[in-house]
Amino acid sequence: MLVDWNNFTPWTALSGGALIGIAASLLILLNGRVAGICGIIGGLWQVAFLSRFHSNDINWRMAFVAGLTLSPVIWGLFAPLPPIQISSNYGLLALAGFIVGLGSRYGSGCTSGHGVCGISRLSIRSIVATLAFMSSGFLTVFVTRHLLG
Amino acid sequence: MPRQLLVSLAAMTSGFVFGFGLILAGMANPGKVLAFLDLAGPWDPSLALVMGGAIGIAVVAFSIAKVRNLSFLGLPIDLPKATVLDKRLLSGSLAFGVGWGLTGICPGPSLVLLGTGNFNGLVFFIAMLAGMGLYEVIGTVKAKEND
Repeated sequence: MLVDWNNFTPWTALSGGALIGIAASLLILLNGRVAGICGIIGGLWQVAFLSRFHSNDINWRMAFVAGLTLSPVIWGLFAPLPPIQISSNYGLLALAGFIVGLGSRYGSGCTSGHGVCGISRLSIRSIVATLAFMSSGFLTVFVTRHLLG
Repeated sequence: MPRQLLVSLAAMTSGFVFGFGLILAGMANPGKVLAFLDLAGPWDPSLALVMGGAIGIAVVAFSIAKVRNLSFLGLPIDLPKATVLDKRLLSGSLAFGVGWGLTGICPGPSLVLLGTGNFNGLVFFIAMLAGMGLYEVIGTVKAKEND
């Protein structure tokens, strides 16, 4: 394994991670909710189509999603946004998005829900889920970049 | 201030801070995420430190949350109760990882990308919503079959 020292950014990674940790802490300590992004968005589907929840449940979800979506806009007012590199075509993006949406709901969580919040509350399920999606993520990139690419 | 407004404000603040963290860490950039997932290429370990930094802070908050019944705004603390390792958890997570590895985008960064006005982000986001919608449809159909 060859570490790419030129692109390794330990300090912004750690401090950005700390901000994510603070965000998750705010949501659990103030609202009593786990900051799992797919659960928050998926919950909006339940509200929209099945009206399973009280309307109060919509407000905090919409507020969180609005904050997250507007964060690059606010960031852009003070500093230039870091580069965004996407090399996938629309077909692959759509396929990936669909699998991410369906898979994360079946697996009851994604990088934030299992990877950050779940591990932080020492949930065995989340540790297993994180190992699972990390492994299949590593494998997928190996296949697409080194076997097919 | 009415509590409902405070709750929404808290959620929005959390969303902002989450987004700033993703942007600062470089995790809103799918290229950097893929550089972490590519163990055989020039490997960028940054994502591991992002998770480490986040968990280091959140572990304190969750240990406080575990011993409380109500949040600081007086709402019930809603922690997942499931403990069983089942096929659903494993197959769903494995599938999620495949989708993540295809483009380097997961749900949080997809919202940040959407907010930058990136059209690629919009395509991913709409497809992700469709995938989540299908999950709800399957769940509803199954629930009706069981009635």
